[in-house]
Amino acid sequence: MIRPKVELLDIDLVNQIISEGIAILENPGIRVHNQEALEILANAGAKVDFQAQVAWIPEKITRQALKTVPHEFTLFDLNGNPTVHYSGDKIHFDPGSGGLTIIDSQTERPRLPLTNDLIKFVKLVETLPQIDAQSTAFVCSDVTPEIGDLYRLYLALIYMNKPIITGAFRKDTWWTMKEMLSAVAGGDKALALRPTAIFDVCPSPPLLWSDTTCQNLIDCARFSIPAQLISMPLAGATAPVTLAGAVVQHTAESLSGVVIHQLVKEGAPIVWGGSPAIFDMREGSTPMGAVETWMINSACVQIGKALGLPTHVYMGMSDTKIIDAQCGLESMGSNFVAAVSGANMISGCGMLDLESCLSFEKLVIDAEMIGMVKRFVKGIEVRDNPIALSLMQKYGRKGEFLTLPHTRKWYREEQYLPSDVIDRASYEGWKSRGEKSTFERARDRVEKLISSYQPTKITKELRQELRAITLRAGQSFGMQSLPPLPHGD
Amino acid sequence: MENELFQKMAQSVLDGDSDAASALAKEAVDAGIDPLEAITKGFVTGVNQVGESFASGQAFLPELVMAGEAMKAAVATLEPEMQKRGVHRTMLGKVVLATVEGDIHEIGKSLVGTMLSASGFQVYDLGVDVPAARIIAKVKEVDANIVGLSALLTTTMVKQKEVIDELDKLGLRKQVKVMVGGAPVTRDWVQKIEADGYSEDAIGAVAVAKQVLGL
Repeated sequence: MIRPKVELLDIDLVNQIISEGIAILENPGIRVHNQEALEILANAGAKVDFQAQVAWIPEKITRQALKTVPHEFTLFDLNGNPTVHYSGDKIHFDPGSGGLTIIDSQTERPRLPLTNDLIKFVKLVETLPQIDAQSTAFVCSDVTPEIGDLYRLYLALIYMNKPIITGAFRKDTWWTMKEMLSAVAGGDKALALRPTAIFDVCPSPPLLWSDTTCQNLIDCARFSIPAQLISMPLAGATAPVTLAGAVVQHTAESLSGVVIHQLVKEGAPIVWGGSPAIFDMREGSTPMGAVETWMINSACVQIGKALGLPTHVYMGMSDTKIIDAQCGLESMGSNFVAAVSGANMISGCGMLDLESCLSFEKLVIDAEMIGMVKRFVKGIEVRDNPIALSLMQKYGRKGEFLTLPHTRKWYREEQYLPSDVIDRASYEGWKSRGEKSTFERARDRVEKLISSYQPTKITKELRQELRAITLRAGQSFGMQSLPPLPHGD
Repeated sequence: MENELFQKMAQSVLDGDSDAASALAKEAVDAGIDPLEAITKGFVTGVNQVGESFASGQAFLPELVMAGEAMKAAVATLEPEMQKRGVHRTMLGKVVLATVEGDIHEIGKSLVGTMLSASGFQVYDLGVDVPAARIIAKVKEVDANIVGLSALLTTTMVKQKEVIDELDKLGLRKQVKVMVGGAPVTRDWVQKIEADGYSEDAIGAVAVAKQVLGL
């Protein structure tokens, strides 16, 4: 059976991009605004200018890091089940993250999100079988910004069972977040053994590791908590305008991350991920829905696979401001490209407006897309042999396949059965159900799913411990109390 | 013991397993269980459960149709025993069903038939491409309460009107309700030809059938 797959680069181009990426680390080198990382690189034999905070990494060191980096690893849900496999061409989806606003379901316009919005979002993700992992989707505006990152994780941990893609905004808050994850897992060792979370770490384009993200990268490695590199060249602005050129920069930045990470701890899990995009030459924006953005992402995944690393992309998003036709076409195109590229984790569902806004309704619509693309990459399977000859010989003249056990046996495997977000009714049927638009059907489904949410098995003690950790962090930044959770959760 | 058997009967319908349903029906007959009880306490509960699952989006057409088939198989097995005992299943009504002349589309009509019969109607399915005269003959023969006319083409839809006109002419129109269906059928069309009921899908057809008979 053929698994549908797309590769945009031929093998010569793959090799050239990798060798140019490696060469960039030698010259002009990489800027590293983190003292510890500079020391680690210097100790490993890289030429380092501590004053200018630049490291020139020889090919030998880069090649060595590529030898020790794991080719696959697994994320576990909070019940201890392995559910996300960063491996081979397996694909998984999680919502976009780091959003600043949420689309209000009533006004259909963005507003600042609150605690209850994130709780609702986390619950919604739990109820959508198409979505494999949680993300710390957006920052709640009702807590002090300094704990914005860890507060997201706190809320998610109270309501989630699926693994989570997260990230820290500061050096110290990473430790608080690690403390929470460790409390849930039952200690640092248990967390390393069965990781439930992965931290995004983002180099700044071009070729720079900021102090914060570099420290997050180092700390993840040290505790064997998976890290996900999010290199984000902006082709034409902070990266070369050519698509291949942007991929070269992504390769160089990601390789530098792998090197630092593996020097801290050989064999620690790390993902070749990113959020590259083209630069829009009219608006000066970062269009995630652009076809070239999809192409750069797809090529970056191909490079990661060629290097033997697990892969990630930020795709499946739209740049539109409301849930409209553009929203659908960009999200679907992007999800499709990501899926047939075989990215292990595809982050982005539910997100719109140039990677800045999330929507409950878009999330449930995107879940249908994901159901479809997951079906697509499963390909066409042979269920019987002969395929249909015997069946046709026996029943071919009657046309009553609907009544055959054969149909009942296979239809759920053969067909992705969409929810009623997708309209396939007759015209009269659609009319009788209220003549609803996609957005309206999605809004109905959001409410239905939220009411079907089942609380997780988290104990009262653990909930209290997590709240205490979060409160302590808040207090250290002058926030004396946390927003209350519903029903005393 | 009986309850266990009834549960198995319901399960055979849920599984859409006609062979099992038939075997369980026979087991009930051999054990001297009232065949009407076997239907109402056993098989029908399965049909109802599948109907609920379908309505809530857990089950789909294959489960629904196969449940109907299993129900049919069970009733067929119980039929001789019911005759022997001189009892009758109280049917909700008699329905003559056909795809109209010139039209060979079967699926929608058959689905309606399956749903109606699983819900307790006596269904006489005449098949496809059936001339008005044959439909009316059957209506008279079985003294039908409802006639269901399917058409999938705008060109054959007019035949639905032809049957209604014919019933009118023969003075039968008052005693038999007419339900129409098929993709081109709209509410406007239903009003225009003065049919009694219409549903956009097979599941809705059961409710409409009950409604036109005032059940």
